[in-house]
Amino acid sequence: MNSSHEEVVKSQVKTYIAVFVALAVMTAVTVFVSYMRLPLLFAVIAALAIATFKGSLVAGFFMHLTTEKKVIFGVLLLAVILFLSLLFLPVFTSLQHSNFVEHVA
Amino acid sequence: MDAVIRFISKPHPVTGVTNSKLGIWCFLASEVMLFGGLFSAYVLLRTGSLGWPHGWELLNVPLATLNTMVLITSSVTMVMSWASLAEIPPKADPPRIVAEKNFAKYRLFMAATILLGLTFLVVKSFEYAHKFENHHFPSTNTFYAIYFTLTGLHGIHVLIGILVNSYFLFPGSALWRKDPEQFSGRIEAAGLYWHFVDLVWIFLFPVLYLL
Repeated sequence: MNSSHEEVVKSQVKTYIAVFVALAVMTAVTVFVSYMRLPLLFAVIAALAIATFKGSLVAGFFMHLTTEKKVIFGVLLLAVILFLSLLFLPVFTSLQHSNFVEHVA
Repeated sequence: MDAVIRFISKPHPVTGVTNSKLGIWCFLASEVMLFGGLFSAYVLLRTGSLGWPHGWELLNVPLATLNTMVLITSSVTMVMSWASLAEIPPKADPPRIVAEKNFAKYRLFMAATILLGLTFLVVKSFEYAHKFENHHFPSTNTFYAIYFTLTGLHGIHVLIGILVNSYFLFPGSALWRKDPEQFSGRIEAAGLYWHFVDLVWIFLFPVLYLL
């Protein structure tokens, strides 16, 4: 270990603090937006957009995905494809028989 | 004869990562499917329902916000505990003292992570107790059924994380003196699990409480 390594670690710690501040601010924003009582469609879009941003910060910096190897992304890509299938296939199937659009709108 | 798992400290020449890291990511991928299936169930139940209550009408948003902050803070202390093992204090210190200082910082951050995890569970137990006092159970309606299922499963994950972290704070930390590199890898794996639990809550909070 040398001084350049020391600099890298110090820089990482600064990044972790910055990410924490961003997560705290975005938590406040998502609660604030919920108190605006937006129509459900806009509320869902806003809440999921903020949650996705916060999740990306956690995955990218705390879980080090920004500097991870390809094999890890391969595992995650497979999980994401299967997850989206699990999420959307039943929803699309049920859309034909449900009042989803009326509810959301 | 002892079974030896190779490439747990050094990266595997084919994958470029340690087998332990690849293993924990495969496990987390299976966890994505577990929670993904339940999120899918939530979407189906909500869209298929004629009347679905807003989470903020029935649940305690300030307490859940507090818990969100607690879990986010615990993620920072967790990653700091791992970073402490790699940090180097001033060059004047002899290597052994440097290492001991790093280890003391690691223990401090890990203890903070465990305490924050316990705080999350205590706050959650207050929330549950209030619900039970008002006779709101999983069997009350579909909303409470999915609420208790998702938050209960998440709570079990927090509890498991606390147990794993406690092991690495006390008996498991003996490995640090024998093989610091392998110990650091274990803390990274425990951290990945803990951050994943935080990530799940980041989605559960708005979906259950704010919509």
